Amino acid sequence: MGASNHFGFLDEYAKKEIRRTALKAVAIPGYQVPYSSREMPMGRGFGTGGLQLTLSLLGKGETLKVIDQGSDDSVNAVNLRSFIEMTCSGVNTTISTTEADVIQSRHRIPEKDLREDQLLVLQVPYPDPLIVVEASENKRKTLHGEADYSRLLVKLYEDIVKFDEITISHRYPTRINDHYVIDPSPIPRWDVPKLDQSPALVLLGAGREKKIYAVPPYTKAEPLAFEDVPFRVEDFTDKDGQRRRCQRCDCTTSFLDEFIDSKSGEKIYQCSDTDWCNEQSTNSSVMSDKEITADNIEIVEMANG
Amino acid sequence: MGYVAIKGGGQAIEGTKEVYDFLRTRQSDNTQPLDSHTIENQLRLLHSRVISEGGVYHPQLASLAIKQAQGDTLEAAFALRAYRSTQPRLVETPVLDTKNMRVTRRISSAFKDIPGGQMLGATTDYQLRLMRMELLNESQERFHSVTKKLLDDTNIDGIPDTFPKVLDSLRQEGLLPEIKNNSEKQIPFDITREPMVFPVPRSATLATMARAEQGSLLAIAYSNMRGYGDVHPTVAELRVGFLPVFLPHPITGELTEVGEVEMTECEVVAMYEGNEADDKSTFTLGYGACFGHNEVKAISMAILDRALQKGMKEEPGNPSEDPEFVLLHVDGIDSMGFCTHYKMPHYVTFQSDMDRLRATQQKQSNKESI
Repeated sequence: MGASNHFGFLDEYAKKEIRRTALKAVAIPGYQVPYSSREMPMGRGFGTGGLQLTLSLLGKGETLKVIDQGSDDSVNAVNLRSFIEMTCSGVNTTISTTEADVIQSRHRIPEKDLREDQLLVLQVPYPDPLIVVEASENKRKTLHGEADYSRLLVKLYEDIVKFDEITISHRYPTRINDHYVIDPSPIPRWDVPKLDQSPALVLLGAGREKKIYAVPPYTKAEPLAFEDVPFRVEDFTDKDGQRRRCQRCDCTTSFLDEFIDSKSGEKIYQCSDTDWCNEQSTNSSVMSDKEITADNIEIVEMANG
Repeated sequence: MGYVAIKGGGQAIEGTKEVYDFLRTRQSDNTQPLDSHTIENQLRLLHSRVISEGGVYHPQLASLAIKQAQGDTLEAAFALRAYRSTQPRLVETPVLDTKNMRVTRRISSAFKDIPGGQMLGATTDYQLRLMRMELLNESQERFHSVTKKLLDDTNIDGIPDTFPKVLDSLRQEGLLPEIKNNSEKQIPFDITREPMVFPVPRSATLATMARAEQGSLLAIAYSNMRGYGDVHPTVAELRVGFLPVFLPHPITGELTEVGEVEMTECEVVAMYEGNEADDKSTFTLGYGACFGHNEVKAISMAILDRALQKGMKEEPGNPSEDPEFVLLHVDGIDSMGFCTHYKMPHYVTFQSDMDRLRATQQKQSNKESI
């Protein structure tokens, strides 16, 4: 009695419900559609909403990429990928953004532009941007229906008064198709502009909170801001006003992780999106000694085994 | 260098499984592994708790879940729930009447004399919680003599199977509201198949609490008992026993007993409220029921049912009367999952947090230098 032998783990009724919910989410951009949400064999909060979407939408012969923090090899990405491989025979997995039909991700949108034939599934802990100003779900539902986001705007305004800055770092409230404001999942502000007019369909799944919502292809996605205080992404310029570069691939246009070099004690920066970083490294021949593709391949093989 | 923190994830996960199982099996060479019957019987109340929170009545799998979770109730209930996700819903039982329960224990704190009498059954209520040192080195003989002695000394034929319900006599006296006979068939809300959109029907609140985490339910119910609320319940009846389950026969359609489930049921009576219309005032009711033998859970649930009915009728006056507050925070699988998820990498969001803090600090020091 290990994992179910059934393709996609879930029973067919559950998959059908999730597909219907996803269709409704696409039809009403940004609206959080409730669904019953099954318990998965991994923790609520570990991507069970995204996982249920992926399992319901993947078909034989399709190719899946799973990332967490931009990395294919983060423990949770490895865990999700190996579970999907175990329960979806005939589905291929990849670490390449280009090759993937479906990309399930936590906290990042790949740096590389996605295509119309690709689908991005984002894992969501908090589906409702209004939760910071209204605790009751019933009341939030009314506010959304009336597109009443005044309290959220007041919160942004208060931030400016108190700190001279909007302090929302990630999960930045974003208005979809001029009506519903969504929580775009804990992606950094850096990734929010990628939602706007995205050729790829973006589906967001919150398993614990039992909601699915969508940013359909070529749909307006606009972060909340003021005329005189525009929306700003994370700033990676150094003291001298130079854009920091990835110490591995020299990229100056990607979202960077910062960490301390354990030997030198210096602060260093590296691309958060590992597939992007590999591709930049391959393009610039000098970087071949720092190639990490081999590690990734090893992990994927292990998951297959 | 670089990325060490999140590289090699696959190997690391494999390693955790091995060492986790090592801790389960390291005891000594001549140790017998726990079998499912041992868990079901000797850890009876742990088993009850897991089967109730797991929300699927499968005693053998509940034992297995406890074994593989090494006794963690949240993890064990979680494994049962995930198993449940793979199972289709084949059929619905009709509403089952607990009047027909094969009772092993039933008490009432409302009356000294109840029809059928108080039947204490197996309980620790009046036991002294002193360490029973003799159990530290219990011999096989002693262990087996307990059952034998009890069965030999008891006149089994003299024990009735079931007892009348205390509420029925209160109802006959007109102290409780009449049961409304709705002609249309009331189909209970299935929380495993439909999303809860507030306000939810009472059947959804009861189903949610029936598989809630015991500690969470107790904590919120206790807040009501202490003063963040005023249910002041009287336990009209608490019964534990085995409830026969009926299903329509696949050919004849006739209701047929297919088995029984162990359950705990609690009905509390609370003070009367103002009534609309011209109806006479009556006591109000709260209902709790769950799989297994879980008295604290059934009583907590009954109190919260009463509090929630009050909160839905009027405005919630405190957390225990607020359906969203109670129902969205008592599920152990949800709450433990979200709690443990904080252990996962949050590098990207933390990077983003640092960006905001540094920008704010920069502006603050610019101001100071002016």
